Amino acid sequence: MAPILDIKNLYKNYGSVEILKDINVSIEQGDFLVLVGPSGCGKSTLLNCIAGLEPISGGELHIAGRNMTDVSPKDRDIAMVFQSYALYPTMTVAKNITFGMKVRGVDAATQQEKLQKVARQLQIEPLLNRRPGQLSGGQRQRVAMGRALVRDPKLFLFDEPLSNLDAKLRVEMRTEIKELHQRLGASMVYVTHDQIEAMTLATKIVVMKGGVIQQIGTPAEIYNRPANLFVADFMGNPAMNLIPAKVKSDSEASRIEIARRDGAPIVLTDRQNRNLPEDVIIGVRPEDIAEPGHRNGSVTQEAECMVDIVEPAGADTYVVMQMGGKHVTARLHAETSAEPGKAQRLAFDLGKVSYFAPETGQRLN
Amino acid sequence: MTDFAIDTPRSQSRTLRIGLRWLLYVILGLFALYYLLPLFVMITTSLKSLEEIRTGDLMALPREVTFDAWRTAWSKACTGIQCNGVKPYFWNSVLIAVPAVLISTLLGAMNGYVVAHWKFKGANIFFALMLFGCFIPFQVVLLPMARVLGFMGIAGTIPGLIFVHVIYGLGFTTLFFRNYYVTIPAELSKAAKVDGAGFFRIFWSIFLPLSLPIIVVSVIWQFTQIWNDFLFGVSFSQSGTQPITVALNNIVNSTTGVKEYNVDMAAAIIAALPTLLVYVVAGKYFIRGLTAGSVKG
Repeated sequence: MAPILDIKNLYKNYGSVEILKDINVSIEQGDFLVLVGPSGCGKSTLLNCIAGLEPISGGELHIAGRNMTDVSPKDRDIAMVFQSYALYPTMTVAKNITFGMKVRGVDAATQQEKLQKVARQLQIEPLLNRRPGQLSGGQRQRVAMGRALVRDPKLFLFDEPLSNLDAKLRVEMRTEIKELHQRLGASMVYVTHDQIEAMTLATKIVVMKGGVIQQIGTPAEIYNRPANLFVADFMGNPAMNLIPAKVKSDSEASRIEIARRDGAPIVLTDRQNRNLPEDVIIGVRPEDIAEPGHRNGSVTQEAECMVDIVEPAGADTYVVMQMGGKHVTARLHAETSAEPGKAQRLAFDLGKVSYFAPETGQRLN
Repeated sequence: MTDFAIDTPRSQSRTLRIGLRWLLYVILGLFALYYLLPLFVMITTSLKSLEEIRTGDLMALPREVTFDAWRTAWSKACTGIQCNGVKPYFWNSVLIAVPAVLISTLLGAMNGYVVAHWKFKGANIFFALMLFGCFIPFQVVLLPMARVLGFMGIAGTIPGLIFVHVIYGLGFTTLFFRNYYVTIPAELSKAAKVDGAGFFRIFWSIFLPLSLPIIVVSVIWQFTQIWNDFLFGVSFSQSGTQPITVALNNIVNSTTGVKEYNVDMAAAIIAALPTLLVYVVAGKYFIRGLTAGSVKG
C-alpha cells in the first residue's frame, strides 16, 4: 500500500531565504508523525505546506498515493487543528463544526447526524449552541478537534494544538489525543516544540532545526540513539549530559577519560566501541547514571563522584556534579543517600552512551 | 480627570477639591454654551416670523413660535428661478449618499480583506497608493474627473455623483477595513480554506459578520463626507440633480429683496439633520470602531 503521506525533496523559499531544505518524510496509514524542533525551525511551515496553505518551491507531496503538490487545501482530504483553534467567532459551536460540510454541499440530515456523533465522541453536546467566546480554552480545543473529526479525512494535521492550554489541561488533552488516535486508527501529523509531547504521542518523530531534518525515527530511536548533538540536547528532560572526554583506544577497549575539577579523571573502559577518535563528546542520559545495583544496566562501570547539588523531585532525586567542565545530572532514586559536598559512588551504563564528534556534532557509535 | 487638590493637606483638601471641581464644571459649561450658541440662534431664528426677527433681539426666544419658515424652506423657497424648497434636493442627496455609502463601504471591505488576508505581489504598494488617494485634495481632481464623467456619459447625473463619491471614498474605506482585518488572525482564513471555503465564501461567512464596528465607522464617515460635500456637488451636477448643500447655497445667495433669515436657518438645519441623526444613532460605535481598527496597523 502506498504511504499515506509521502514528501519527496521538498524545498520552500521565501524570496531568497530557504525555509525548508530537502525534506523527505513518509508515513504509513495509522502513523502519528510528530514534527518537533525549536521555534523558527520550519516545522509549522512544513505543516502548512502539507495542508496546501503555503505553496512549495520544489519537490513533491503525495497524500494517499495522489500527487497533491499543486492541489488546493480543500481537495487534499485533510483536516487541520490550529494553535489558536481558529474557531469562527460569529458562529455557534454547531455551525463551526458543520461549516465545512455546508460549504461542500452535504445535505442537512447527514450534517446533523455527523455533528451529533462527533459531539457525543468529544462530550461537547451541551455546548453546541454557544459561541466560541463563551467557551473555556479546553472546550475551544475540543470544538476545534470536532471540526477536524467531522471531516473524517485521510490525514489529520495539528499545529501546536496544546500550547495555549495550562499545564494540567495540556497533559489531559495529550492523553485524549493519543486515545483518539488509537481508537480511530487515523494518520496524523502533529507539530510541537515540546519534546515530551513528541515522545508521548508519536509513532515517528522528525526532529528539525533550521529547515533541515536532523533525525527521523521512533521515539525510542530518537531518545536512545540521537543522530547528533542537537537531537541529543533537544530531546529529553533533564537533557542528556554531554561531556567532553579524551579517548585512548587499543584493540581491546576504549579508555575514556573525563576530567574533573578536583582530583584524578574518571576513567571508563568501553569494550564495545573501539574505533573512537581521540576527542569525543560522550552523551549520557541522567537515568543512565545511578547508584550501583539500583538499575540493571548491561555494561556498567563505577566511579567515585563529588556531588555538588541534590534536587529531590518526588519520584526521583537529581544530583548535579562537575565533569569535564560541565554540569552533569544523574537521576537517582528518591531515598538516595547522596549529600552535597560528599563523594558518591555511581554506576555509568556504558551500554547506552552515545559518542559524538566535537567538530561535526555527528554521532560516532 | 486631574485632581488639583491631590497634594494639599487633609483639612483643607475637601473644600478646596469641591471648589475646584465646581470651577471646572463652570468653565466646561461656559464652553458648551459658547459652542451651542450658533445652534440656539439657528433654531430660535427659524421659529420666528420675519417681523419678529426685524424688530427683536437675535438672542431672544421667539415670542410666537411659528413653523412657517420650515414649511417654506422645505417646499416653497426659491433656488434661483425654481421655488420648490429644498425638498427635491434633499431627496437628491439621499439618492446620492445612500448608494455611494453602501458601495464604497462594500468595496472598501473587499479591498481591505484582500490587502490584509490575500497578500499578492505588490499588495503593499497597492495599499500605499490607496492611502495616497486619501490625501489628494478635492480641487486637484475636479478637471480630470469632469473629463472622465463626460467620457462615461454620466456627467451632471446622480449616478455620476455616486461614482465620484465612491472613487473618492475608497481610499478611506479601504484603510478602515484593512486596519481592522489585519487584527483578525490569519489562522481563521486558513481554517476556512481547509474547510473548503473560497475567496467570497470566507468574506461573506466569516469576515463580514465580524465587521460591524468598522462598518459603522465607514458608514458614518462616508455619509458625513458625502452628505456635506459641496464642491463635487456644485461641480458635477446640473439643475435637477443638485444635492442639498448646493441648494442651500442657492437659497441663501440667490434671494433678492428682503433676506428671509428664518427660512435660511430652517433650510440649513434640514440640511444638517441627517448627519446629526447618524451621529446620535451610531456615534458610540464610531469611537469604539475607530480605536478597534487602530490597535494594530
